[in-house]
Amino acid sequence: MAQKIGMEVSIALGEAAKLANTDVIAAYPITPQTHIVEHIADMVANGEMDAEFITVESEHSAMSACLGSAAVGARTFTATAGQGLELMHEVLYVASALRFPIVMTVANRALSGPLNIWGDHSDVMATRDCGWIQFFVENGQEAFDLTLCAFRIAEDPTVMLPTMLSLDGFHLTHVVEPITLIEKSDVDKFIPPLKHPFALRPDKPVTMGAFAPPFIYTETKKIADEALRSSKKVIVSVWDEFGKRFGRHYNPVETYRTEDAKTLLLTMGSYSETAMVAIDNMRTKGEKVGLIHLRLWRPFPFAELKQTTENADNLFVLDRCISLGGPGGPVCSEIKAAFYDSQKKPSIIGFIGGLGGRDMTPGDFEYMTKRGKEIIQHGTKNEVEMIGVKE
Amino acid sequence: MAKSEDSLTLKDLNLGCVVTEPGNARQYKTGSWKSKRPVTDREKCNKCGLCYIYCPEGCIRVNNKGYFLSNYEYCKGCGICAHECPQEAITMIEEEEE
Ligand code: SF4
Ligand code: SF4
Repeated sequence: MAQKIGMEVSIALGEAAKLANTDVIAAYPITPQTHIVEHIADMVANGEMDAEFITVESEHSAMSACLGSAAVGARTFTATAGQGLELMHEVLYVASALRFPIVMTVANRALSGPLNIWGDHSDVMATRDCGWIQFFVENGQEAFDLTLCAFRIAEDPTVMLPTMLSLDGFHLTHVVEPITLIEKSDVDKFIPPLKHPFALRPDKPVTMGAFAPPFIYTETKKIADEALRSSKKVIVSVWDEFGKRFGRHYNPVETYRTEDAKTLLLTMGSYSETAMVAIDNMRTKGEKVGLIHLRLWRPFPFAELKQTTENADNLFVLDRCISLGGPGGPVCSEIKAAFYDSQKKPSIIGFIGGLGGRDMTPGDFEYMTKRGKEIIQHGTKNEVEMIGVKE
Repeated sequence: MAKSEDSLTLKDLNLGCVVTEPGNARQYKTGSWKSKRPVTDREKCNKCGLCYIYCPEGCIRVNNKGYFLSNYEYCKGCGICAHECPQEAITMIEEEEE
């Protein structure tokens, strides 16, 4: 087993793409993702990585080039953030419809305007219905590990879906963390070569991206939805296998000190670790609080989520994104929808915070816990509160 | 897509909706879009072929008697042939009418 070394998380992700034998990278630099593809470009230029690096003029072209690469059956990686993800938006749907197992890192960043390069989840939330497998990571080690898993999941013959790994811009991309890399030979055993059953070949021509008129379009969406839903069992089994091989275990929904907790906080991404500090603080004061960390976002882990909240009275959800003029935050509205039919459900209150790189401290999570209980007591359950607004 | 449009189901779709059979767009009949169809009065027609030249769909063919006639499986009912015919031999009639 390789040693733990201090490394910028972006660099570790570049290393993951190399270890996974990526054939093609098509990417455009954008903060806070740039270090990932810069590191890959360095390795390709230095001859340390045997891959094609396609420099393109925009993210729309980056994802389009990824389609071409995946179409010939090449293992394909890219990374983007914020506006870049929005610029490739329409092409994302094509990647999933064509069942191309492209792996992409999204260094989550707020969307303009006003211009802001710092982290929140507005970029990825705008793409939640694009048919990709999507998960959120909490720290650098997880980002590295789950990038390797992403290739394995995406390329599973029963899955064949593009996979998006979200990590918080700056809070994760730009920090140096102790990371255990994995030996190349072990990665090779974990990720078998990619075999796309219809990969383009001159002697076996096929049509990709043919149009689907009204008489068949509905059916294409039905199978796309089924494919994404049923990928969950493969995601779980690949994460299990990773745990057995490498000793680090990952689940669609993680819990922290939830056993006897009456109040649960729910977070995604790196703020989960900040929230854990807050949970520890509140526990020392005798409060029965715990944390749910939603790792898997698409396919949405309905059953796993419900299991974790069985004994809780309250569930306070943090969104790092706002659905302007809508029901508050996208995560909270989905959580509420997930519990709509349940006999026993917690009181769910939504909070919006950490927008555009605004820090959330353990104190903010303690405030969220206190405020959530107040809202429930005063019976204004539909309220969605933005944390830390300077009025 | 050896099957007709109506008999296709989701079970007929390949991974990624890939089409493995070349040239099957020919099986896709687009003529159902039209609301009117061109009917040629063979008494008036002098077989000049202008309708054939003007048809943007390229769906007019000459028959074995030399008449230029529209293939309704692909005709969109735009009426350009009727407009251009120097003999005013083409009438556009509603699809519902016989
Ligand atoms: S109506 Fe239009 S499409 Fe149909 S035959 Fe005439 S010109 Fe062609
Ligand atoms: S343009 Fe009119 S006259 Fe000429 S071939 Fe067509 S229908 Fe006949």
